[in-house]
Amino acid sequence: MARLAPIDETAAGPADSGADWLTGWRNGPADGPDASPDWLGAARADAAGRFAGRGLPDRRVEDWRYTNLAHLTGLELDWSPAPADVAKESLPALVFGREAECRLVLVNGQVRPTLSTVPALPGGTVLISLADALASGHPGVADLLRQRVAVDGGALKALNDSWLEDGYVLIVPDGVTVDMPIEILSVGTGGALPPAYQPRNLIVAGAGSRVTVVEHHVGLCIGGYFANLVTDVAAGAEAIVRHCKVQDESREAVHIALLDAALDSGAMFDSFCFTLGGRISRNELRVSLDAPGAHCRLNGAYLAGGRQHCDHTTSVDHVAPETHSEQLYKGVLDDRARAVFQGKVTVRPDAQKVEGHQMSRALLLSETAEVNTKPELLIHADDVQCSHGATAGDLDGEALFYLRSRGVPEGQARQLLVEAFLNEAIDAVALAGMRLPLERNVARWMAERPRP
Amino acid sequence: MLEVENLHATVDGRGILNGLDLAVGPGEVHAVMGPNGSGKSTLSYVLSGRDGYEVTEGSVRFRGADLLALEPEERAAAGLFLAFQYPVEIPGVTNMTFLKHAVNGLRVQRGEEELDAMQFLKLVRQKAKALGMSDDMLKRAVNVGFSGGEKKRNEILQMAVLEPAFAVLDETDSGLDIDALKIVADGVNALRGPGRSMLVITHYQRLLDYIVPDRVHVLAGGRIAQSGGKELALRLESEGYAAFADKAAA
Ligand SMILES: Nc1ncnc2c1ncn2[C@@H]1O[C@H](COP(=O)(O)OP(=O)(O)O)[C@@H](O)[C@H]1O
Ligand SMILES: [Mg+2]
Repeated sequence: MARLAPIDETAAGPADSGADWLTGWRNGPADGPDASPDWLGAARADAAGRFAGRGLPDRRVEDWRYTNLAHLTGLELDWSPAPADVAKESLPALVFGREAECRLVLVNGQVRPTLSTVPALPGGTVLISLADALASGHPGVADLLRQRVAVDGGALKALNDSWLEDGYVLIVPDGVTVDMPIEILSVGTGGALPPAYQPRNLIVAGAGSRVTVVEHHVGLCIGGYFANLVTDVAAGAEAIVRHCKVQDESREAVHIALLDAALDSGAMFDSFCFTLGGRISRNELRVSLDAPGAHCRLNGAYLAGGRQHCDHTTSVDHVAPETHSEQLYKGVLDDRARAVFQGKVTVRPDAQKVEGHQMSRALLLSETAEVNTKPELLIHADDVQCSHGATAGDLDGEALFYLRSRGVPEGQARQLLVEAFLNEAIDAVALAGMRLPLERNVARWMAERPRP
Repeated sequence: MLEVENLHATVDGRGILNGLDLAVGPGEVHAVMGPNGSGKSTLSYVLSGRDGYEVTEGSVRFRGADLLALEPEERAAAGLFLAFQYPVEIPGVTNMTFLKHAVNGLRVQRGEEELDAMQFLKLVRQKAKALGMSDDMLKRAVNVGFSGGEKKRNEILQMAVLEPAFAVLDETDSGLDIDALKIVADGVNALRGPGRSMLVITHYQRLLDYIVPDRVHVLAGGRIAQSGGKELALRLESEGYAAFADKAAA
């Protein structure tokens, strides 16, 4: 079985000179370009060209200054992994023991109907695989996808654009409220070679609709894999889309995710990302507030230990006046872990009466842990309220002593304070049933972390 | 119960306590008075084991054990409690959670069984009620957004729930109006008993009208400059600490 090479931080950047890690990619997706509509083959080829011309981003690319993907170039990846055996009974344990009301399961990026539980959804709501949507020529899907694929959004997006084979597609018609959370379970599992997979997901929320998506990304193997995900979100006027993501990939996995949301007037996008897993991970959110009243809230909590590297990058574009954004990211780093938070807030000219707030807080439990924070405010209007802030530090010594003086043993006191720190971000998860499991995860992480 | 002998302590390399002697017997309440900056809080922190307060000489025995060799949580398990002059805020941890960890932390250290949720709730409700504290305050984060008086009352609640054998109250009276002062004093007096001792640190005589001490000590120049009965507190109130400042300098 192939083993992942240790990460070499000093390895040089671009790997577009015929490195083997891309050999399988060059063959393209298994269905072949001919099996699909014309536009798709052309779009893939165009994107492949964009990626090949640029290669993996290195430190010279501003957006990727702190996150180095050179690790990938040392891998021999299986870009078209055969469907792996996964038992349906093993799934609830991967999602905090929750029984599924509505669960779509992907294994190595491919939707697996036999593992999924998808009931009839209200008001004509559709939850299907991208493969099916493309095969059936679903008009809404093709239009949105063509438009989004044409956008040049960086190398990793181009890599995903070049694939477009499978993923999940959720379409909620105008005015429809979907009460039950739509759960997406993405399982990564190794084979003879570490798999590479690139699902493309779409969430289309019609005007006045309401929907909640809960994504779990978990590893069923101890080895590595490369997941390169892109999710496109379009929220119509007054729509409310809640997106909650738990990233608990294998500790050797590379997980790169981009979510790109466009919001119409009065729409609300509420995102929460909980990051636990992965050797190298990046969760990038790009939100475009296109019409007055659009509002987004981006929250995140992360726990990283060992040599984990986790990156949260956001870019909020206040295109229209009277749009709001707020962001809170909190993380706990131990051992030699590294975290990155990059938050860009743009206010376009004439986008008056905008509010944009951003805060990043990191707790460093060891002297070798590190966080890089890069806030960026690009404000081109004058009647705006924007703020950003960042803190990084140790636990509050006074609080620790206060607890200990009351009889709480030191380890337990530390755990309590770490939980309290993260809970501020977790409490913001409006989603019933998610708070407790997340808090338990924090407790487990603290209990299991190696002590010096 | 508590025997402090020739205690010397430094903060940031500066000598604050310079040969302090103090003995408090079981069931006794002693008051420590002294001017601002004389080292009263330093004494309370040295007793409870706070980092940064270094003992350079002397000893402290507590119920027969070498107190200074113990970790802060072990001191608590041995029965020591400090009501902080400036109670600490802990965002994200509710009063209830805090108390639960404290109660069970002590019980586990003492080899006792943890209280279950029902037993714990009953205990805390009963103590809170006696101190006129609402359920709402129990659900709020520890001391966050509490007024000065509420913070002090919260310290007394913790003391009432944990029932320490020896309580050090560091200026628990400062910043309290007369009604709050009475509630706090009632809480303290309710705990008084033959097996329980207290060290009441205060700047003003006023508190001692409600918590009547067995002995009064004046801390000046880093040591106990004078000791006496409760009448000493009254004398200090009228004469001030000027005499001790001279003495300390001499
Ligand atoms: N954490 C500290 N860092 C530096 N100096 C301190 C600290 N704590 C106390 N001190 C100093 O020690 C002396 C005694 O302070 P303290 O014990 O608080 O006195 P009191 O409680 O009697 O007012 C003061 O001069 C004070 O400035
Ligand atoms: Mg003081």
